[in-house]
Amino acid sequence: MSAVRAHVIADLRERISSIESHAVKKVGCLEFGVPEIDAVLPGGGLAHGALHEFAGGGAGTVDGAAAALFVAGIVTRTTGPIVWCLTRPDLFFPALAQVGLKADRVIFVESDKEEDVLANMEEALAFGGLGAVVGEIVRLPMTASRRLQLAAEKTVTMALAVRRWRRQTEASDFGQPTASTTRWRVSVRPSEELPVPGVGRPRWFLELMRSRAGECAEFLVGACDDKGRIHLSARPADGSHSSSRFNYSA
Amino acid sequence: MIAKSGSKRWVSAVETAAKKAGVHVGMQAAKAQALFRGLTMIDADPAADAAALERITCWALTQYSPIVAVDGLDGIVMDTEGADHLQGGEEPMLARIANQFRAKGLTARVAIADTWGGANACARATSRDTVIIPRGETVRAVEKLPISLLRLPQKIVNDLRTLGFKTIGELANTPRAPLALRFGPEIGRRLDQTFGRTPEPIDPIRTADIVEVSRAFAEPIGAAETINKYVGRLVAQLVAELQKRGLGVRRTDLVVEKVDGTRQAIRAGTARPARDVTWLTKLFRDRTEKIEPGWGIEKMTLVAVMAEPLEDAQKASSLVQEEVADVTPLIDIFGNRGARVYRVAPVASDVPERSVKRVGAASDPEEATWVTHWKRPVRLLARPEQVDVMALMPDHPPVWVMWRGKRRKVKAADGPERIFGEWWERNSEMAAVRDYFVVEDDAGERLWIYRSGDGVDTETGSHKWFVHGVFA
Repeated sequence: MSAVRAHVIADLRERISSIESHAVKKVGCLEFGVPEIDAVLPGGGLAHGALHEFAGGGAGTVDGAAAALFVAGIVTRTTGPIVWCLTRPDLFFPALAQVGLKADRVIFVESDKEEDVLANMEEALAFGGLGAVVGEIVRLPMTASRRLQLAAEKTVTMALAVRRWRRQTEASDFGQPTASTTRWRVSVRPSEELPVPGVGRPRWFLELMRSRAGECAEFLVGACDDKGRIHLSARPADGSHSSSRFNYSA
Repeated sequence: MIAKSGSKRWVSAVETAAKKAGVHVGMQAAKAQALFRGLTMIDADPAADAAALERITCWALTQYSPIVAVDGLDGIVMDTEGADHLQGGEEPMLARIANQFRAKGLTARVAIADTWGGANACARATSRDTVIIPRGETVRAVEKLPISLLRLPQKIVNDLRTLGFKTIGELANTPRAPLALRFGPEIGRRLDQTFGRTPEPIDPIRTADIVEVSRAFAEPIGAAETINKYVGRLVAQLVAELQKRGLGVRRTDLVVEKVDGTRQAIRAGTARPARDVTWLTKLFRDRTEKIEPGWGIEKMTLVAVMAEPLEDAQKASSLVQEEVADVTPLIDIFGNRGARVYRVAPVASDVPERSVKRVGAASDPEEATWVTHWKRPVRLLARPEQVDVMALMPDHPPVWVMWRGKRRKVKAADGPERIFGEWWERNSEMAAVRDYFVVEDDAGERLWIYRSGDGVDTETGSHKWFVHGVFA
């Protein structure tokens, strides 16, 4: 009798631990290669198996150009195929190729409806074995983000949501809570100055607006290079922005 | 083309040139010959026509729809519900069908309507290539059409004409009883079929070499779980059958026959030959909710409409190299849901909008990539938007740009990058030139703008300025 009980208890313990380990499983991270940024993020980088949100600032809320290129830089550094779900096919791939993303790695899934993008993302996350799943979406309700987060956790695939709105005024939606692990805002800033006339390496103002179990931070970075890496940029020459204060907790 | 009936020889088909000369269908052959000297006459061969039509029908079965049948002497009828998503919707599908026939030198009229009768009448009445009758509009679409399009025997049509009936609408608004008394039940049946009041199931064509498994039910089934269960079993059976023949499926149809005699079909396509039970089951289970069991399902059939040889390939087993996940099943899931799935590939063209093409998501990877040392924008506008600028001609970047109601002072700029028109694509591009600039305003927003023309010669362009893309 006691042997049976011991067996049952051991079995239950095993099941509980398997449920628990799901939440605290060590899934690894994708580091940026910039010590200042990686130090802020729990685990030392963007967690695999989690949902991350990206949006543009200013006019970027509508075109989402900087956010998309930032995401392209991130997925370049992952391995495996990428699924990119969207409704508006205005992405110009040569620009993505310039940050090192290979065209044959990316599968585009274009649908007519916003909800289909979420469904397609979830399907791709549940499939597993992909490098990352990217979705360009307008609205991300709590329930939908929760589903994406869970699907990402289950197969340890990185889910990246690029938020872009129809109008700049709608971007206040970005303040609504979602289940995403980190939330970033990428705004364009004047490019690095060159000794000669011309446009230098573009600079972005990167705001980590939310980070689960971590602190917020902001950085001024140089845009992705041909390997998809960003680097920390020096203080802008005009000093118009108080952007060089790094309030990270090392 | 001349057909013979008894001793009479009459014109059964006319080409466009002869039509202009006044020859028309139904004319006596001798009369046509008298009308135009040197008229080429070919004897009609109804058997060969029928064989050719059947060949086309079989081809349409593999391409377009699970339920395809020969319609009369000169038509094909398809039930495209549940299959048009593979072609990107009804409109692209119709356009593609018409184009494919045109490429072969055939003229086809294609129509979609709620009912077989409706589509039949509209396709024969229209002068356009493609017609789509919206849902529930069949009555309005056919009421003005002549009664000859109602698929009635020629004798009844002639008699009705004698009585003064001209259009289907007139006939439909006449009391049925006297008509039935005079002509029999045929008129009422055809009218009801055209308006969708009685079902008109299509008996699909099948070729001998098609792999097919089916299951008839003693009691009609209807519950979603039951349907799913039997779909799973049928898929397993089909896969076993395919295994024996060394085939993999590209297009698979699930045809359900209901108690009331109607059929419904779901088609699933795969990007490469498939013989995997879980993969195929997933594709169908995704969509079994679309099946309306109605009074119950009597029989379910799973047909491998298009099959290709599939041999077992040895997997490269390497200790070092990581295996890349095969995403074809995922591509199929998206494709069967109606999403457009593609990858992009470079095209050797300097014109930005031509430098990217879409390729099939499951196609082989290409090594080539875009070779450019200039920065390219992340978002390319679908159409370049004209802007007001102030710029020093001929080759200075603008001083300010007015785009979308906002005036931006240009702080830094790169350019010009000159792109020449491709005269081998279009004659009008013979001298065309675009000068592209990357401009950055004082807020840091970077735009891709170009001037149409080289700034000196008006031959090369209008010298207007456009925004073409947004940089990150």
